[in-house]
Amino acid sequence: MSRLNTAALTKAMPQLLSLMLILFLNYLAFPGFFEIRLQDGRLFGSLIDVLNRGAPVIILAIGMTAVIASRGVDLSVGAVMAISGALAATMTVSGYPVPIVILAALGAGLLCGLWNGILVAYFDLQPIVATLILMVAGRGIAQLITEGSIVTFNEPGLIFFGTGSFAGIPMPILIAALLLTLAIAVVRRTALGLLIESIGINRSASSYAGLNSKLLLLVIYAFCGVCAALAGIIIAADIRGADANNAGLWLELDAILAVVVGGTSLFGGRFSILMSALGAVIIQAMNTGILLSGFPPEYNLILKALVIIVILLAQSFSSLGGWAFLKGEFRSKGANRQ
Amino acid sequence: MIFMKRILLASTVAMAFAGYANAADLTVGFSQIGSESGWRAAETSVSKIEAKKRGIDLKIADAQQKQENQIKAIRGFIAQGVDAIFIAPVVATGWDTVLAEAKEAKIPVILLDRTIETTNDDLYLTAVTSDTVHEGKVAGEWLAKAVAGKDCKVVELQGTVGSSPAINRKKGFEEGIASASNIKITRSQTGDFTRSKGKEVMEGFLKAESGGKNICALYAHNDDMAVGAIQAIKEAGLKPGKDILVVSVDAVPDIFTAMSEGEANATVELTPNMAGPAFDALKAFKDSGKAPPKWIQTESKLYTQADDPKKVYEEKKGLGY
Repeated sequence: MSRLNTAALTKAMPQLLSLMLILFLNYLAFPGFFEIRLQDGRLFGSLIDVLNRGAPVIILAIGMTAVIASRGVDLSVGAVMAISGALAATMTVSGYPVPIVILAALGAGLLCGLWNGILVAYFDLQPIVATLILMVAGRGIAQLITEGSIVTFNEPGLIFFGTGSFAGIPMPILIAALLLTLAIAVVRRTALGLLIESIGINRSASSYAGLNSKLLLLVIYAFCGVCAALAGIIIAADIRGADANNAGLWLELDAILAVVVGGTSLFGGRFSILMSALGAVIIQAMNTGILLSGFPPEYNLILKALVIIVILLAQSFSSLGGWAFLKGEFRSKGANRQ
Repeated sequence: MIFMKRILLASTVAMAFAGYANAADLTVGFSQIGSESGWRAAETSVSKIEAKKRGIDLKIADAQQKQENQIKAIRGFIAQGVDAIFIAPVVATGWDTVLAEAKEAKIPVILLDRTIETTNDDLYLTAVTSDTVHEGKVAGEWLAKAVAGKDCKVVELQGTVGSSPAINRKKGFEEGIASASNIKITRSQTGDFTRSKGKEVMEGFLKAESGGKNICALYAHNDDMAVGAIQAIKEAGLKPGKDILVVSVDAVPDIFTAMSEGEANATVELTPNMAGPAFDALKAFKDSGKAPPKWIQTESKLYTQADDPKKVYEEKKGLGY
């Protein structure tokens, strides 16, 4: 068991090192980075900001990991976030109780996911094209729901999901952590994870082996849709309003990036949900750091791109066995000299 | 096919006659960009209200953010023989050909809210736009007056990097506070004109400026970012509007709610009423034949907590923001 843990830790080394490096750079840019205090019974500090702001992308990345592991991709998650947020906000304004609002918003996400899943699994559309449809149309649907305006609400029950806290921990962090634990347990304590990996590596072989790959794909996309809806509720609750034009805009790219930074291959197969979550935290740590650094905003995207290139190069170097190679070179040279 | 065309033609003629019979002495075609924002929706509904007030028959074509749709709509208006064409151009270039067609048909064109780049200024009658530099300046001057000589560190939430309102509202604000050496912009970041980014960036500002105690005022390039930032200020345990003054631009309904609760201090209006001044200019042109100036600047009105924000909210609520 302990050997397994060390192996996992070695594999996670590039990501952990990059996270530590980014946190350290943040500390250099802003010495108060690690300070945490209680504010109105809620933890308050930059580190909390990283997790709190990162929570929606963590949640997206959980669903996205399963999709990417099945050799797919879901471009529609940002639009689905906008739909669920728009639905939650307009229903709240019309006076529906919070539990029904949440269920309806999650239900909308489920429907969107099922739509994607049916296109991919049963009509054999390429995932990137199939989900592109909803990525474009979904934002339009959200705009129809809100009628093009920002729907503002003041229902404390719904706002709680964005800005509330339990035992001092902000709700978004709590929800993301819960979903993460649940997803890892379901995927790793059952054969589900293995089945997802097998259809990701070779779908037809898996089907011949007796796996109902169509149903499994459908479930994966539906789950991803529900994750997106949950993230949509959180960001709508956070700003007390649904902004159909901007909610979740380009977040599908952040989610995919989080999965890739976490080390899951876009070609499907082996995956790690925990590492994708770590990837999401790395991205947000970088974003928060840029905001704290006081650089002019023109540098934001360049800085982000540079950091990501470095992380991905380090990762590729490490997966090619680069470190072992260097170590070996060093040793053999040392031996030659003796 | 011919039959269809005849029906279409007949109905167009019928519609045209109906338009004239309706005591409306003018028919105006308005090529609107589409539903890109709440402000745009408000502009459309205010245009309808202003047209109704003057008994003008306004035909609105929604271009869904595409220039080719706008060009099609303009050609349609020319074919219908409208008395004038209003355009809210989605992009700045590529209008020369279709505007020349309108000129040939002797239909005056008025640009709303945005201008175009053209080698021949005669292609349009006038442009009704807001001066975004002036908007920033009004906000800056308000702050200079409000702090009255006291030292004040300002944090700025910029619009989308590189967009012209972001560049101009920044420039204007800096002009507005130029004579007040006590006011300094200490941090400036983009909040992409959105609420959630406004909140996230403000959280960063608050942490970086020792919990917000060093910040005296917030200037946001639009109200939405200010609304997000106000929430961040509250969550940091400070009072927006008192501990940190909040001034922004646009005057959308939600900022008036914040102002009535004392959480925002001032906003500069980007009026959705671009059509009103355009109708007036058009009428004067039709009556006297004298061309209006090439640029009609709309008023950048300052609203503060003293302007009965609750009432303004009720007035603006129904406009589709």
